[in-house]
Amino acid sequence: MEAKKIYEILSGRFGSAIQQFQENTLPPSIVVGHQAIVEVCDFLKKAEELEFLSLICLSAVDMQEKGKMAVVYHLGSMRQRHTIVLKVELDRGSPHVRTVGTVWPVAAWYEREAYDLLGVVFDGHPDLRRILMPEDWEGYPLRKDYVYPKRYHTWDV
Amino acid sequence: MAGADEKFMQVSMGPQHPSTHGVLRLLVKTDGEVLSSIKPYIGYLHRGLEKIAERVTYPQFTPFTDRLDYLASMNCNLAYAMTVERLLGIEVPRRAQIIRVIMAELNRISSHLIAFGSLSADMGAFTPFLFGIREREFINDLFEMACGARLTYNYIRIGGVSQDIPGGFIEKAREFLDYFPPKIKEYNDLISYNSIFIKRLADIAVIRPEDAFDYGITGPNLRASGIPWDLRRDEPYLVYGELDFEVPVGRGEMGSTGDAWDRYMMRIYEMEQSAKIVRQCLAMLEPGDHTAKVPKVLKPPAGEVYVRAENPRGELGFYLISDGSTKPYRLRIRAPSFATLSIVPKLGKGVMIADLVAIIGSLDIILPEIDR
Repeated sequence: MEAKKIYEILSGRFGSAIQQFQENTLPPSIVVGHQAIVEVCDFLKKAEELEFLSLICLSAVDMQEKGKMAVVYHLGSMRQRHTIVLKVELDRGSPHVRTVGTVWPVAAWYEREAYDLLGVVFDGHPDLRRILMPEDWEGYPLRKDYVYPKRYHTWDV
Repeated sequence: MAGADEKFMQVSMGPQHPSTHGVLRLLVKTDGEVLSSIKPYIGYLHRGLEKIAERVTYPQFTPFTDRLDYLASMNCNLAYAMTVERLLGIEVPRRAQIIRVIMAELNRISSHLIAFGSLSADMGAFTPFLFGIREREFINDLFEMACGARLTYNYIRIGGVSQDIPGGFIEKAREFLDYFPPKIKEYNDLISYNSIFIKRLADIAVIRPEDAFDYGITGPNLRASGIPWDLRRDEPYLVYGELDFEVPVGRGEMGSTGDAWDRYMMRIYEMEQSAKIVRQCLAMLEPGDHTAKVPKVLKPPAGEVYVRAENPRGELGFYLISDGSTKPYRLRIRAPSFATLSIVPKLGKGVMIADLVAIIGSLDIILPEIDR
């Protein structure tokens, strides 16, 4: 299905929670209000003719200049052979969004990584711990304003 | 060591353990020999590649992609090059495309050889591993001819490949293609249909299709569950659309569809198909450029793309955001093994410790691309 059509279906169903359609990205993206993300994902997964059974990738992006933190969901359907990108934009000061681990279990790990490296907090996540960095690491390395530590425990970094 | 709960014993498998295929630590709780829970700990190989990407120029990042899945560096180079090319709108010359497919498929064979060999070694049969290494050596020689390196190739570059294949390469590759397919029969006689081997793998850790989707399983592991999905056929890139090859899927020949034996066998079947692809590509080679005209300084227009390619271990994806400068604004790497490993706690519940080794081996994960 065409991305534009998916956007129209979502707009018809979720109204103002579907904020914007971006055609200049590849694949095209739909900006979703963060309160509705779980419902939108659940609908995309279960609706006939959409069947987005795969969460291909979940990324967090620091949009420092806009003062936002974006979480980007790349979804795909092997049966319907289409892909779509969902984006939520969060307040960079305290980025909170609900977990989609209930829709796609693989999100649990992706969300841990986004938390670990960019400090996005996924509400409702059963096990939100650091995954790649040591547990006692301070700060979120992939943020644009991250300052490298001089020392970690007894080592010079 | 004894846990707080007297009934269970906690054992730390790894980070240094021969069956974890790298520095992976599995904290397992056992009741006798039966596992009650598994907690994977990763990150031992974390080098911050996504952060590094934001500090180097686009071409400078290519060698780092070698270090994602070091058993399939060509495929990682390829996926990254295709991502940047998509953003820049570069058309890769036909000869370069064909060379890329040849290298990607040869690397798929060498990667699957290690998967086949190390799973066999995990199951207690050491000879197949040596067979795998022996054939892989042939492919390493071919790669050395093409680019001088035997592990981290840095051969597929943005726009094409770093240099044209040298004289004698085609003959040597044909020699390999005559030599290799009979070896597959040897592997099957030696181990694939060995009854002890089958007993260790059949009906172990069955991944049902819905679980495969839920946990983002891709590549041979997904196809073992009976899903005929292969990006080379279903979203063709390069010249894959013109090639004749089959996409093998698991059929539960020795047990249930999607069990460890099916996952093992996918690699064997795919090696046959890759050899077939390489043979066709060698016949298709015509004189031409080995790279497109690429500007010295790469400045892709502001924008974002997500490009994925079929790697030996599943779909490798790059989510690239450009702000119009010479360096990526954000480069997110979607590594297939990362998603694959996330299903292990589910698969490993209630199995024996020895089967955990079979599970990890049959999933064929690799740690550097998980930790990045």
